[in-house]
Amino acid sequence: MSKQITIPFGPQHPVLPEPLHLDLVLEDEKVVDVIPTIGYVHRGLEKLVEKREYTEYVFIAERICGICSFIHSQTYVQGIEQIMGLEVPERAQYLRTIWGEYSRLHSHLLWLGLFADSMGFESVFMNAWRLREHILDDLEATTGGRVIQGVCKVGGVRKDITPEKLDEMLKGLKSMEHELTDLNNVFLHDSSMKHRLKGVGVLSKEDAYYLGAVGPTARGSSLAIDIRETGYGALGKINFKPVVEHDGDCYARCAIRAKEMFTSIDIIEQCIKKIPDGPVDMKVTGAPNGEYFSRTEQPRGEVIHYIKGNGKKNLVRHRVRTPTFTNIPPLVTLLKGCELADVPVIVLSIDPCIGCAER
Amino acid sequence: MMELQTITPISVGEVVAKAEQAKKDGNRLVQIGCTKIEDDFEIIYVYDKDYKLTSYRITVKQDDEIPSISGAYFGAFVYENEIHDLYGIHVKGINIDFKGTFYKTAIKHPFSVTITKEGDA
Repeated sequence: MSKQITIPFGPQHPVLPEPLHLDLVLEDEKVVDVIPTIGYVHRGLEKLVEKREYTEYVFIAERICGICSFIHSQTYVQGIEQIMGLEVPERAQYLRTIWGEYSRLHSHLLWLGLFADSMGFESVFMNAWRLREHILDDLEATTGGRVIQGVCKVGGVRKDITPEKLDEMLKGLKSMEHELTDLNNVFLHDSSMKHRLKGVGVLSKEDAYYLGAVGPTARGSSLAIDIRETGYGALGKINFKPVVEHDGDCYARCAIRAKEMFTSIDIIEQCIKKIPDGPVDMKVTGAPNGEYFSRTEQPRGEVIHYIKGNGKKNLVRHRVRTPTFTNIPPLVTLLKGCELADVPVIVLSIDPCIGCAER
Repeated sequence: MMELQTITPISVGEVVAKAEQAKKDGNRLVQIGCTKIEDDFEIIYVYDKDYKLTSYRITVKQDDEIPSISGAYFGAFVYENEIHDLYGIHVKGINIDFKGTFYKTAIKHPFSVTITKEGDA
């Protein structure tokens, strides 16, 4: 047996936008064990339910993450509405679904840029972020915020989108579809990318399932787990199929995100065509009394907001299980047996969001 | 329409057997979460199969020791270390035990203290 050495990876590392620390135990260039450490940015946001009323807390829930902020607020209010038995206006459900898919698009484009940049693929990085600007512009134009939208509330949404703006968004997405196809062709069919990603960091279907993988990390290993299939928001009235890949390697996880952007565009198009007229919010009285596990599909996978209320204005508990948190054990398994040089690529292939994971 | 979700109360002694059974039945571990209710702590184990949740609840005191289910579900270590670090509940037999260093908190076991017991109705 070769002599073992331990190399620290992170918390500051060129490929890590957020702090994650891995102790990599190496034998020559091969990783034989991995000890993950998080906790550098734990904010304890969940504890604030004791100080903020349940209607105000949506602003805190939204700030758990700066990428999937809208979906956090949607998941939170959805849980409150389920406990209180509120029938949210249908138009609000469609608007939430549209903004949720816009969030997925901007997250996947952000990831694509960061991933390409980490491998020195500067043109893909710049083009991905150029396209992302269009998405952020639409989010800003319709909600008022590029990163934190602040548009979700218990009982509906705060803003409506005019039919003219919806048409404009539709046209914008149509034109983006062509550019995305070109970008994906460059990214996924490039021989260097294939050489770097195929067969690297393989996660079997069984490991993905029992280790708790979610999102593209699970779907890249043949697991068709996509919480959007449960039909939350307006998704029950929309036709779509989760994108699934079968090789379980870094390339499969990248391909999932690349292809999912087209699914998101298709869902938004269907929503825009089907969105009914009507109010976008309702009057809410009282306070939640009960408990509920509210689930949605974030760009990185299933997120769960556990909400427990006792009929008072302050909740008893709000606990968030984010996708990156549950993707840590699969990451540990992915890294065991890989080459040291492949660690950055494998880590980025799960698209870690540490701000989300630590709350 | 509200999805029907039930949480079955079980004893601490049943936790591992339920986890093993859940795995045998083809469930994935969705999460383990803790909630402080006055002087007690509720810990909920949630499993999922085909988008159907199965949940079990145990109620313990802070001095109680609970068994780890990381033998059945390797990934349970993240939740069990979190429960230990935030609530101070000791979990016995975690496969990767950070011994209190998983989260770096300014005060020890910050979630074991309630800031405000209840809000105004």
